[in-house]
Amino acid sequence: MYRGQSGMWAWLLHRITGLGVLLFLVVHIVDISLLGFGPAVYNEGIALFGTPVVRFVSLALIGALFYHAFNGVRIMLVDFVPKAASYQRIMFWTVMILTIVCFLPMAYFVLAPLFGVNTGNTASGM
Amino acid sequence: MRLSTGYGARPTSGGFETFSWYFMRISAIGLIFLAIIHLILNHVTTDVACTSYQLIAQRYANPYWRVYDWLLLTLALLHGMNGLRVVIDDYVRTAAWRIRLVSLLGTLTLVLFMVGTVTLITFEPVVGSLGPHCLK
Repeated sequence: MYRGQSGMWAWLLHRITGLGVLLFLVVHIVDISLLGFGPAVYNEGIALFGTPVVRFVSLALIGALFYHAFNGVRIMLVDFVPKAASYQRIMFWTVMILTIVCFLPMAYFVLAPLFGVNTGNTASGM
Repeated sequence: MRLSTGYGARPTSGGFETFSWYFMRISAIGLIFLAIIHLILNHVTTDVACTSYQLIAQRYANPYWRVYDWLLLTLALLHGMNGLRVVIDDYVRTAAWRIRLVSLLGTLTLVLFMVGTVTLITFEPVVGSLGPHCLK
């Protein structure tokens, strides 16, 4: 048992973020299928992603995906690199720091349009 | 007695669970690149409000983007649904319910795979759909 240690939190977060990303994937397959109904229907559907609420939901997804990806690398290191299991704590904190470091610039780009900041990724800057 | 090899535990039965264990790790390596590049393309280099029908029409004129998205669809769906299968096996106590839920999961996976694949293969931009990308 590793109750209360970093491994428990890493495992729990991996499971929760995995289920969250999967839920989004199911929604995303359905919203992309709107492509088959023409530009009007698809654009009306995809416009939802630009709304403030869905931008914050997207950010949660982005954070979840980064954590799941980096923690997945940690799991594979434990599985395939001899003695990696001796560095559990440092690897867990590396995962957390990498997640935050990658999340922050993404948060800037995803939220900037809400504050009228032009990051150069729209035609007009919105 | 199981002697420590210095490696983490892994399934050794050689059956489906062993295949599943390796599949999760191999698909993960692909997904790390596919999914993170996908995020950057649709949230950083292009804002999500500009990922309109017009942008997809332009992108999918190149068949390699369809292959890219199909790989992402297939690996993410199988990786995610197999993960949910493990969660069901962990928390659902009776064999009858495990069979029901895993069967439902398999059916849902197949349906979503078909919906996604058909969307990717059959997408043909309607005439006059090329134009400005951003929605306002």
